[in-house]
Parts: sequence; C-alpha cells; structure tokens
Amino acid sequence: MTPPTPTPADSAARDWVEQLRAGGAREQAAVEELHALLLKAARFEVARRGAELPHLRGGDHEDLAQQAADDALLAVLRKLDDFRGESRFTTWAYKFALLEAAVKVRRRAWQGREVPLADEAWAALADSGAGAGQGAEDAELFAALREEIECGLTPRQREVLVAVALNGVPIDVLAERLGSTRGALYKNLHDARRRLREALASRGFPIGGGEEER
Amino acid sequence: MKRDDVLGRVLGPGAPELSCEQCFEELDRYVELELAGEAADERVPGMRAHLEGCPACAEDFRSLRDLVAAERD
Repeated sequence: MTPPTPTPADSAARDWVEQLRAGGAREQAAVEELHALLLKAARFEVARRGAELPHLRGGDHEDLAQQAADDALLAVLRKLDDFRGESRFTTWAYKFALLEAAVKVRRRAWQGREVPLADEAWAALADSGAGAGQGAEDAELFAALREEIECGLTPRQREVLVAVALNGVPIDVLAERLGSTRGALYKNLHDARRRLREALASRGFPIGGGEEER
Repeated sequence: MKRDDVLGRVLGPGAPELSCEQCFEELDRYVELELAGEAADERVPGMRAHLEGCPACAEDFRSLRDLVAAERD
C-alpha cells in the first residue's frame, strides 16, 4: 500500500520537531520562535480573562503571560516525544500555554480569598428548589440531594463537589489549596456525581443519564 | 442558580467521559476536527461529556478553539 502523501501541516510539524532537536544555533532559534508563539497564546488567554483580575495593572498581566510562556516552553520541550502529529504542531503547543496562563489567572484571582463554606452551597440548593416553580416534587428532589451529599459521600467527595459544583471554586484553585491536581479532584467529583445519581435513582427520582463504563 | 443549572453542575453529564488528562491529550486533535467541520464527537468519544462536566477543561477548549480559529481567519 502506498503511504499517504504528507500534507504541508505534516511537514511543518516535522520541521518543528527536527529543529527543536537540532542542537546549536538552529535549535536555539527554534526555541526562541516557539517561545514567541507560546507568549502570543498566553497573552491571548490573559487578555480574555482580564475581567477576573480587575485589581491588576497592565504590567502584571504581561508578567503573568511571560511566566506562563516560560513554563509552557519547558512543558513543550519535556513532552516533545509525545507529539503524535495528529494536529498542527502550533495547535499542540498552544494548549500548553493556554493551560499555564488559565491556571495562573484563576489562582491569582483567588489569591487571599477563602474557599466558601458548605452553608453557602445549601442556600443555593434551597433557592433552586424553592424557586423552581414546580412545587413539592422539586422541593423533595433538592432535599434528597442535600441529604445524599451530606450522608452518602466520602468527606473528600463532599468537599470537592460542594466547592467546585455548588460554590463555583475553580478546580485548579482547589487543587492548589489541597495539594492535589485537577485530574485527581475531577476523579473525586466524577465519583461523587455517580454516587448521587445512583442514590437519587434508587429513591425514585427520574434524573436521566447514567453511565456503565468509563 | 436555576434548577437545571444546579442539577447539571451537581450531577454532571451522566455519560461515559474522558479524564482531565485524556482531555488535555486529545484537545488539539479535537479542536482541529471541530474547526474542519468533521465529526469530532465521534472521533474522540467521551470528550463532549467531559467538557460538559468539567468547567476548567471546557474553558481550555474554548480558548484553544478561538485562538486557532482567529489565526485561520
């Protein structure tokens, strides 16, 4: 079978990887070009999220973007062997800069702020049940939901669910406070949600969905 | 928050979904498939459900999609 003809995007991706491993002046030039691309992506993300940081000045935004680009450059070079060529190299690299910038902005925006307590979440739940305009059924559903959150989850599952799903704490901020990672906390959240779905279904509430595999 | 928003956030998508690590791994491919008008959700199963369930990954997705789209305009 004839191998598929390489596209311009394939060639450009190979060029990037080859030059980033070339050594000497060629590698240095490629690293500088990559850093400039990552900085552009980081600035894009910081500017997009500027409203989350009303107390910061323009120079602080630029510092955040520079730090994000520096960290993303290290991550891209460390992960270069993982690049599979399934997208343009620039698209693959941009995601590292956007992630670094987004995490930095979220954490900066929450610097010095306490993570809200469960009490505030219960108020939101109560409001949702009372304000739904669907009478007793919703009130029962939200009462059962609160009961299952309080009694049917592990302490860790409850902590993550209440903070992220009810109080709107960014998962990266919670991960930093708890010394964990986004992935590990999302697993806690996922397990909590599955447990709540199962519990509500077994109590006769039609909630839809459900999953059999992961 | 409205009733359905609260239930959506608390109970999640209720469908098989990728983990955050898998989502990050596939994000660039998924974005390019979507921008090319291809069946991104069929080619990367579990991505859509994860983006519905994980606000942080959903923001990362929108940022990458918008940045790449802006470059192609």
